[in-house]
Amino acid sequence: MTDTIDHDEAVAARAADPAAASETLVTVEHLSRTFDVSPPWLDRALEGMKRQIVHAVSDVSFTIERGETFALVGESGSGKSTIAKVVVGLMPAKGGSIVIDGVTMGEGSSRDVRALRRRMQMIFQDPYASLNPRMRVDKILAEPIRAFGLMSGRNRRARVAELLEAVGLHPRDGRKYPHEFSGGQRQRICIARALASNPAFLVCDEPTSALDVSVQAQILNLMKDLQDELGLTYLFISHNLAVVRHMANRIGVLYLGRLAEVAPSEALFSTPRHPYTKMLLDALPDVEMSGRARTPVTGEIPNPIDPPTGCAFHPRCPLADTRCRAERPELAPAPDTPANLVACHAVEEGRDRQAA
Amino acid sequence: MEAGPVLSVRDLTVEFPTRRGTLTAIDGISFDIAPGEVLGVVGESGAGKSLTGTSIIGLLDPPGRIAGGEIHLEGRRIDNLPADAMRTIRGRRIGTVFQDPLTSLNPLYTIGRQLTETIRTHLGLGRRAARDKAIALLTEVGIPAADKRLNAYPHQFSGGMRQRVVIALALAADPVLVVADEPTTALDVSVQAQIINILKRMCREHGASVMLITHDMGVIAETADRVAVMYAGRIAEIGPVSDVVKRPRHPYTVGLMGAIPRREGGERRLRQIPGAMPRLDAIPPGCAFNPRCPEAFARCRLTRPGPMEVDASHVACWLYDPDATPTPDFPPSEDDEGDTETEWQTYTPPPDPDPQHAFTASGEALVEGPGRAFDLPQSDWRKVTRP
Repeated sequence: MTDTIDHDEAVAARAADPAAASETLVTVEHLSRTFDVSPPWLDRALEGMKRQIVHAVSDVSFTIERGETFALVGESGSGKSTIAKVVVGLMPAKGGSIVIDGVTMGEGSSRDVRALRRRMQMIFQDPYASLNPRMRVDKILAEPIRAFGLMSGRNRRARVAELLEAVGLHPRDGRKYPHEFSGGQRQRICIARALASNPAFLVCDEPTSALDVSVQAQILNLMKDLQDELGLTYLFISHNLAVVRHMANRIGVLYLGRLAEVAPSEALFSTPRHPYTKMLLDALPDVEMSGRARTPVTGEIPNPIDPPTGCAFHPRCPLADTRCRAERPELAPAPDTPANLVACHAVEEGRDRQAA
Repeated sequence: MEAGPVLSVRDLTVEFPTRRGTLTAIDGISFDIAPGEVLGVVGESGAGKSLTGTSIIGLLDPPGRIAGGEIHLEGRRIDNLPADAMRTIRGRRIGTVFQDPLTSLNPLYTIGRQLTETIRTHLGLGRRAARDKAIALLTEVGIPAADKRLNAYPHQFSGGMRQRVVIALALAADPVLVVADEPTTALDVSVQAQIINILKRMCREHGASVMLITHDMGVIAETADRVAVMYAGRIAEIGPVSDVVKRPRHPYTVGLMGAIPRREGGERRLRQIPGAMPRLDAIPPGCAFNPRCPEAFARCRLTRPGPMEVDASHVACWLYDPDATPTPDFPPSEDDEGDTETEWQTYTPPPDPDPQHAFTASGEALVEGPGRAFDLPQSDWRKVTRP
């Protein structure tokens, strides 16, 4: 009961303390996660096969400031959802550390971790799969409040009504079951549930990928409004660069489980440096019909079980040379545009500028 | 071949009889596809775009049935053909590309067998000639070492490669029309661009028209010559792609275009269309979009608008009615300062707004109000979303 904080108070406290505004909320360092996808032991022994390990995420580091939106983009298999799950603690990390609000995940006392759990929540991609079809909406929304022991009885009911209104539904909608709602409305319920415990940090894994464009716009606007009102911090994960551009302050581009480039949203779109980022931006369908020249994209994401040596992108990269094939590049500020952190030998050596 | 359209759809109506009454999923749509043309069909889920495609290729799932209208392919009526005749047309005259390449390829047969079977069935070639043609097709869609890959099974290909095979399969018999239903939706962005290019190039080289069904306005903008925007089983707007994208006329298209986050970014909020598309059993009378439309007036709630000609487009919206005069039906009351209703009925679209202003031409009202989801009076959206 001790951590029952009225979120208005929390917001007021944050607003009153300007130092808190630029404070780092989430620090992820050298995060890695592997999956063992080997066949059973006996098959391996009989056929003389080795273990097969997928390196879903390797050596990923980033920080998220309080109140900002940090986005991770990548194609399927780039490890973006794995990072989301590891960060919220749905899955243990294999290496590296995650510090959220001063508490290190997997360490610290259980009391600290429990308090932390309340302060971070997740919104999933599929609003059809992430709501229990047999629970009424008010029960779904009351569950986090009850589980964390935040309120009881009448207060809880009032809070549920308040949550429903905050996401643009009617308090009476609480009497209904999830199947009575459309996809967009269900995603609103998911957002309301995530907000139920007054979190500070939301991890959103492709929150609008299952929705139509006009509904997507509603949800994205709602998420922005809530961020402004409640001072939320988002880790926003998507494959859609235009959506990410709209939502994020800073963007990390993932390729085969590694960060290829991290940059402020503006910089990433105006001066993309990593060849993969450029390729992704080029591949984006052009709604404006500006007739912008584009380089043809080649190849597909390689198999993560057997990733290429050196820089994972080298088989598709127009700038690859022998160093790229042998040596893995590290994230470093790019020459000329230091706001972009880029993991690329060509950029580091200035070869990309000569080519252009 | 001839000057007439390759495909001509007139007043197509598709119904689903259910226990609770008949649902009209497609409600009297008409359009043509000219030889060599790429027609994009865009709309949100449930708008009836895929059903239009399946009606044309004659694969409508029962109990769905074509309840009215006609479909003509190269001047010949095909919507009432027996299943046998339709099967010959499908594959020979109409090729199909579906969203998921894994479901359109048989996992038990090699790529080569599936391709040669199609070629031999439809073109009557010999074994050797069919094989050569299969290799040529696979090379054309950019599959390296095609002669070796003929013996591979679908699971040995990546998603993008599979979709290439499906495109080769669709064009194997040199059809006049290819119906492509969300051909890139299941693929990653970088692969999506490749597949769209291949589809476009292949159809151009083989002289096939394309009906490209997708929810992605970006894909349409890059690929199509003309676009049909569907809403609740009807065509809201159909016209040249540059007109629809840069100067949308129908309030729904205006909203749809405004809702797409831009690569250029910059806008603080996206324009949103309040509410959601009505369910099939609750399509409102009059214009189906009227409960969500910021510019709806009395006439929209009573009478369904037909396609009105606006430049090269056809727009199903009363705002563009050329015969509109301030009718005695809705006399603007004397004390009404704005005279808004009279204004709407004589509304003429801005003569030639530049593209930057096109979006704000009629859509401002969309972002006004509380700005949350359901800006309409609650009684309205309730009726629409949950009858």
